[in-house]
Amino acid sequence: MRKNQATAPTTPDTVFINARLVDPATSRDEPGGLLVRDGVIADIGSHLRRNAPEGATVVDCRNHVLAPGLIDAQVYTGEPGQEHRESLKTASHAAAAGGVTTIIVMPDTTPVIDQVALVDFIQRRGRDNAIVNVHVMAAMTRELKGEEITEIGLLKRTGAVAFTNGKSTITNTRTMRQVLNYSKDFGALVVHHTEDPYLTLGGAMNSGEVSTRLGLPGIHKLAETIVVERDVRLVEMTGGRYHAATISCAESLAVIRAAKAKGLPVTCGVSVNHLTLNENDIGPYKTFLKLRPPLRSENDRMAMVRGLASGDIDIIVSSHDPQDVDVKRQPFAEAADGAIGLETLLAAALRLHHNEDIGLLSLLKALTINPAKLFGLPSGKLEKGAPADLILVDIGQPWVVDKANLKSRSKNSPFDESKMQGRVLRTLVAGETVYQYGGENG
Amino acid sequence: MTLVTPNAIFARRHLLTCEGLTAGEITALLDIADKAADTNRQVNKKRDVLAGRTLINLFFEASTRTQSSFELAGKRLGADVMNMNVATSSVSKGETLIDTAMTLNAMRPDILVVRHHAAGAVELLAQKVDCSVINAGDGAHQHPTQALLDALTIRRAKGRIAGLTVAICGDILHSRVARSNIDVLNTMGARVRIIAPSTLLPAAVDRLGAEVFSDMNKGLEDCDIVMMLRLQRERMQGSFVPSTREYYHFFGLDHEKLARAKPDALIMHPGPMNRGVEIASTVADHARSVIREQVEMGVAVRMAVLEALARQLPNQ
Repeated sequence: MRKNQATAPTTPDTVFINARLVDPATSRDEPGGLLVRDGVIADIGSHLRRNAPEGATVVDCRNHVLAPGLIDAQVYTGEPGQEHRESLKTASHAAAAGGVTTIIVMPDTTPVIDQVALVDFIQRRGRDNAIVNVHVMAAMTRELKGEEITEIGLLKRTGAVAFTNGKSTITNTRTMRQVLNYSKDFGALVVHHTEDPYLTLGGAMNSGEVSTRLGLPGIHKLAETIVVERDVRLVEMTGGRYHAATISCAESLAVIRAAKAKGLPVTCGVSVNHLTLNENDIGPYKTFLKLRPPLRSENDRMAMVRGLASGDIDIIVSSHDPQDVDVKRQPFAEAADGAIGLETLLAAALRLHHNEDIGLLSLLKALTINPAKLFGLPSGKLEKGAPADLILVDIGQPWVVDKANLKSRSKNSPFDESKMQGRVLRTLVAGETVYQYGGENG
Repeated sequence: MTLVTPNAIFARRHLLTCEGLTAGEITALLDIADKAADTNRQVNKKRDVLAGRTLINLFFEASTRTQSSFELAGKRLGADVMNMNVATSSVSKGETLIDTAMTLNAMRPDILVVRHHAAGAVELLAQKVDCSVINAGDGAHQHPTQALLDALTIRRAKGRIAGLTVAICGDILHSRVARSNIDVLNTMGARVRIIAPSTLLPAAVDRLGAEVFSDMNKGLEDCDIVMMLRLQRERMQGSFVPSTREYYHFFGLDHEKLARAKPDALIMHPGPMNRGVEIASTVADHARSVIREQVEMGVAVRMAVLEALARQLPNQ
């Protein structure tokens, strides 16, 4: 998926000097430099800190962080079918501005990405129109109905990096067992949204004092844990590779931790929203904070942060879900779920680092090398021969999110008008600059 | 009879929720309502406090009682009152709530009275219009004038609210009346009890300042006020309670259960009642039932709220 492979020989080398090299894959955090040749990392180390090889284009990083580009494993777009919300192209521009060099797009589109030709379609559209790498997570049941298994083997061979039921949960335990059992033969990863739809029926936000005061139907957190617990048992039964897409409460984390301790092939993710926001932020019915799973209590948010720091939570996703104003500016219970997040993913995540909740290496690990390994991608690391998917970040630079400046086609950001610290200065995909901070506000 | 507080005035632009209302504000409204109740018993009930003002009743959810109560209150204060029946309006043609609000706003009303089936809808609408907005019930969230008329009824019958024990019984989960009453009664110094089957209790309801019972006999012990709630028909058959028969047996107010409360306990119900479901017919018509007074105080309280909001309206 590298850009401009054919023109590579005529492109001059680029060397990044005076960088703070941060590479979670090797736990490297030191001054140095990095050489890019033909779209890949050709050399790296302290010997390149001040010495630029002859003929190379020099980029002075001025001691800012040079890190692998982020990999976001949960991105919803509207392509195909609802391009007014977001296309692969607009999503990729949002990604580049946020330091995300690889997006994994979800199959919840119209039509659902459940066939080889559709996976191929997304890959081609991504290659032709997107400025970052686009990978596909394919549907694991036809039309995401949770009934018939898709052609997991062929879809994987076409390039699907994982299989999911999108925003819906498979309630039929037998089907879920078959999916895990069948996908095991192909080493395919099953990514599951874990919410019991019967327990969450009609629910609008986390169940508790806040929902009761607001008169909103609640969603109990154990509606999530019950599914995670069942799924872990099925993994035990089948041996399939399983990833809980976005957990949100301490109880689910405990189940994942226990499964890992048993040596089961189980991992999990968390959305950056659940690491940085809680149910109180909903305030007087702010629908931009209406999410699935819903924002939980502060105790659960803190549990998510601790789970990330301990490594029990493997990856952070933006859960980027563009929704237009019409479906968001509604009474809370009737408003659409979801928030955009590609452009604020890194800055929001850096809050945890600035608050000293987690070290920079551990934080970036969940955004780079961990998702790379999980989804079998060659990027996510600063290593000779790896794709030059890189970000240059001023992690201290303050800014305020202004939705008018967001590149996403939809503006439903839960962080609008929020203060952030940490700015992407430049984003490279396969050695090519796809975004450069121009000093604009937000 | 009234609480003496230094800030006994109500000076808000909207009345959207009872949460956060002070005892002084509530007392101020009840004092005005007391006078309105007296006026309403005169032959000439008409005043001109709202002369020249336009009041629009915007009801997205059917209501006879509350809508006519607001209509009468507005007319007795001299306002031009318009009722919008939303079931037959453009909202059913796909117009969004906000578009409806903007359209009405362009007609320059002074006060909008809004009922909507979704919690938070009235607040959302209030953010988009220039006039004063009164929440006449939004989903399971709030119904402020109901709690105020209940408070007025209690105060007139008992001479006070502070120190009384009030049991609210029935479908608390879906009840905006319960939430509003918990807020007002707590603020006014009453002790609030909640009595309901666990399937009709919202999460963490004890955190709102109420003692929770699922045994009605225990919950009614020594109560001064028994406030019954309506059980919606669609919740009677199996989804929340197994049957009306079983519900009536355990949570219907009959003479036997009523005997647990104080001998002078008042019986209240916001209406409309399901006789034989949440309340025995003879209990509804009991000498200690103040259900009809509640309706009468409804008009008085709505007049008080309209009058208080009118004082905040711009005069230019």
